[in-house]
Amino acid sequence: MSLDTNTRNNLLFQLGEILPEEYLLTSEEAIKPYECDGLSAYQKLPVAVVLPETIEQVQRITKICSQLKVPIVARGAGTGLSGGALPHEGGIILGLSRFNKIEKIDTDNLTATVQPGVRNLAITEAARPFGLYYAPDPSSQIACSIGGNVAENAGGVHCLKYGLTVHNVQQVTIVTVDGELVTLGSQTLDTPGYDLLALITGSEGMLGIIVEIVVKLLPKPHAVKVLMASFKKVEDAGNAVANIIAEGVIPAGLEMMDKPAIHAAEAFAKANYPLDAEAILLCELDGSEQQLAEQIETVSETLRNANADDIVIADSADEQARLWAGRKSAFPAVGRISPDYYCMDGTIPRKQIAYVLKRISELSEECGLRVANVFHAGDGNLHPLILYDANKEGELEKTEKFGADILTLCVEVGGTITGEHGVGHEKIDQMCVQFSPEELTQFFAVKNAFDPDALLNPGKAVPTLHRCAELGGMHVHNGQLPHPEIPRF
Amino acid sequence: MTIQDNDISSDLQQRVLESIANKQPLYIHGGNSKAFYGNTVDATPLDISPHTGIISYEPTELCVTLRAGTLLSDLEALLNNTNQILPFEPPQYTTETTIGGAIAAGISGPRRAYTGSVRDAILGVKIINGNGEIVSFGGQVMKNVAGYDLSRMMVRSQGTLGVILEVSLRLLPKPPKEITLTFESDQKSALQFFQESRLQQLPITASAWFNDQVYLRLSESETVLEQSKKKLGFDLLSDYDDFWTDIRDHQHHFFGRTDKPLWRLSLPPATKQISSVDDNQLIEWGGAQRWINSNAPANIIQNIATSNNGYAYMFKGDLPETPCFPLLDQPLMLLHKQLKRNMDPNGIFSPGRIYSGL
Ligand SMILES: Cc1cc2nc3c(=O)[nH]c(=O)nc-3n(C[C@H](O)[C@H](O)[C@H](O)COP(=O)(O)OP(=O)(O)OC[C@H]3O[C@@H](n4cnc5c(N)ncnc54)[C@H](O)[C@@H]3O)c2cc1C
Repeated sequence: MSLDTNTRNNLLFQLGEILPEEYLLTSEEAIKPYECDGLSAYQKLPVAVVLPETIEQVQRITKICSQLKVPIVARGAGTGLSGGALPHEGGIILGLSRFNKIEKIDTDNLTATVQPGVRNLAITEAARPFGLYYAPDPSSQIACSIGGNVAENAGGVHCLKYGLTVHNVQQVTIVTVDGELVTLGSQTLDTPGYDLLALITGSEGMLGIIVEIVVKLLPKPHAVKVLMASFKKVEDAGNAVANIIAEGVIPAGLEMMDKPAIHAAEAFAKANYPLDAEAILLCELDGSEQQLAEQIETVSETLRNANADDIVIADSADEQARLWAGRKSAFPAVGRISPDYYCMDGTIPRKQIAYVLKRISELSEECGLRVANVFHAGDGNLHPLILYDANKEGELEKTEKFGADILTLCVEVGGTITGEHGVGHEKIDQMCVQFSPEELTQFFAVKNAFDPDALLNPGKAVPTLHRCAELGGMHVHNGQLPHPEIPRF
Repeated sequence: MTIQDNDISSDLQQRVLESIANKQPLYIHGGNSKAFYGNTVDATPLDISPHTGIISYEPTELCVTLRAGTLLSDLEALLNNTNQILPFEPPQYTTETTIGGAIAAGISGPRRAYTGSVRDAILGVKIINGNGEIVSFGGQVMKNVAGYDLSRMMVRSQGTLGVILEVSLRLLPKPPKEITLTFESDQKSALQFFQESRLQQLPITASAWFNDQVYLRLSESETVLEQSKKKLGFDLLSDYDDFWTDIRDHQHHFFGRTDKPLWRLSLPPATKQISSVDDNQLIEWGGAQRWINSNAPANIIQNIATSNNGYAYMFKGDLPETPCFPLLDQPLMLLHKQLKRNMDPNGIFSPGRIYSGL
């Protein structure tokens, strides 16, 4: 679906009126870095990459594309793990990297107004002098953009207590596909009308281009402690997670790593992890000194009752940083023990952790690919890392199949195919497993209200019913989709 | 206490299909406790309140899934048994208040500024959509980004986008203990106090100012509360046990006045004292929600809100030509209308309840 020469020339001519040459990239060499996001297994070259700097430019660009019916794929930092920012061969990449200003820190209302290309961590750095921080902290926070975080509803280690991006954003301004500027949400605790702020959060660049964001800031907690518990059995660690929550404690973070992940991380980061453990839990608690003292006691007892072998309590900032260093470097660490790895992202109810991990290891044996598990246990958000070698014939396909089986398993036990990385290009087929044709049609109805010509990130996030039908995920009788009388948008 | 297990979803679906066939709109309602909240809808009533029951409740998952007609009072009692609470403390203006109505109206109570709103707690919904089909969005886990977030969109949709059949909600552990502290203060100093307390990480879960008195609810363990109380040095409110429930349910005597319209101003919390309206005010949410009893002309109150980057709701009272909800900008209204048209193509769900044309 590449562009015809006429449209292409027309497009580039009009874009050239808005942007200087250095911000309108068309040569293969210049656009090559944009061929994929963090999911590098899939690559495509766009017609052009545009790097606007003002909202007005974004409005003019979307107007031109609307008029010429040219697809637009928004791109933040390109760290997405589901191919959400994968280019369209007949469209443009609209990069927001030059929108990198923090416009305002409001220390009275505890908010920051930022442009979409600002890095996640830069917000916390700017807020730190005022004793404030931005809570959602994806592991990619030094690189990923806040616009990308809103588009993916990104999560992080501290989401268990402080919520996801959707809970920490107050207002988002978007440019619609026809160039209108619309503000969703507000500076107050509720806004009249439908909750379009929630709708745009996690919408993967399908509904509008995010050009400004007001995020909430929180005061830094007075005190923090980190506990590490090691277990001889993965099941025990899984059960400990549910039991801590049942005790009425909501840790700031509750992460789990299994043996392969522990070994990889230890070799990489020297975090002093126990190498003989089958699983470890890292539990961060925060609050006032008195609150902490009580919580430490409750959590330690719960861990012991769940058969924890050993519990280490890190008091000093240094010790805590070392324990976290292993967790935070787990992905690159796994990257060193295998030529390639594939990071999955399903969520399951906490009580299913033990069962699902067992099934994953059985599936791993069946297909002969190793897995390392390092994940946000507190919210049941799994990240199985499948280890493979892309240079071996057929191994990527085997990996994709294994990944798909894991996601189906997540849905079977009452979970979802993606907790924080989004559907993008990668999980489009699994959407057919999780949603019925009627539900998918409802998504098209929403999409159509914002983008009737489907120019924003086409082909991502929501599969067409025909695609699902071809996969056999849907019952098709005599070549007819269910309910042919209903408009399919 | 037992909660009736009564699934009438197929009846409800049948009613929706009939109304699609007959082009006969429906007015969807639960216990009618918030009937005043919005425009009157001229349509056949569709009562959800018989659709009751708990579908699943597992305390360790911090999640409950239930039918929309279940009474809020029943749900509260159930959660209380296992020491859990709804984070958004929804009002029960009458004993008939249902969870479905609470979600659809999206009104949060005193805890809102501290533990989140109705929409923050939504994990998933099952609805009857505009084609009369039963569909589900979201789920029972906190992290879920598959598809657009249609479950949160049901909050504040007031029945205009579909019939809510079931909801899954995120819960919080019930704090071990709660106390209410109080001290005398004029409005200006109260707002100043709220401002400073935002940075102090006190275990505050509700705040109010009324009649030159500040009220603070603190929730934590006995020892932590003891410490906070000492640090703050305020008095214990000992003679008014139901203070926060009365504020939440509008049973407090401030809300008893009917001679003047009741306005609700939703403002950035640090908004300064609103002195141009000198009528009775009750402030909540650390300054972010201000109730005003006033005869001032509607446009004056609306302008005060707008000039402070906030909104004025004509919450209760009859002011001719004054709709309940603040108006939306043109491009935003257009998006609303397109969404409504696509999600309710036959225009049967509570048309005009929030805005005319929606
Ligand atoms: C090592 C590593 C660790 C990670 N850890 C986490 C984690 O802990 N939690 C987590 O949630 N994610 C994690 N991620 C995934 C990724 O960082 C997040 O999804 C992040 O939010 C993407 O931001 P980005 O700026 O890179 O967006 P991109 O990858 O550029 O884009 C992502 C999607 O958002 C859209 N988009 C981007 N900007 C805009 C905009 N301004 N307007 C409209 N649409 C836009 C794109 O079209 C695309 O669909 C990790 C990634 C890596 C590589």
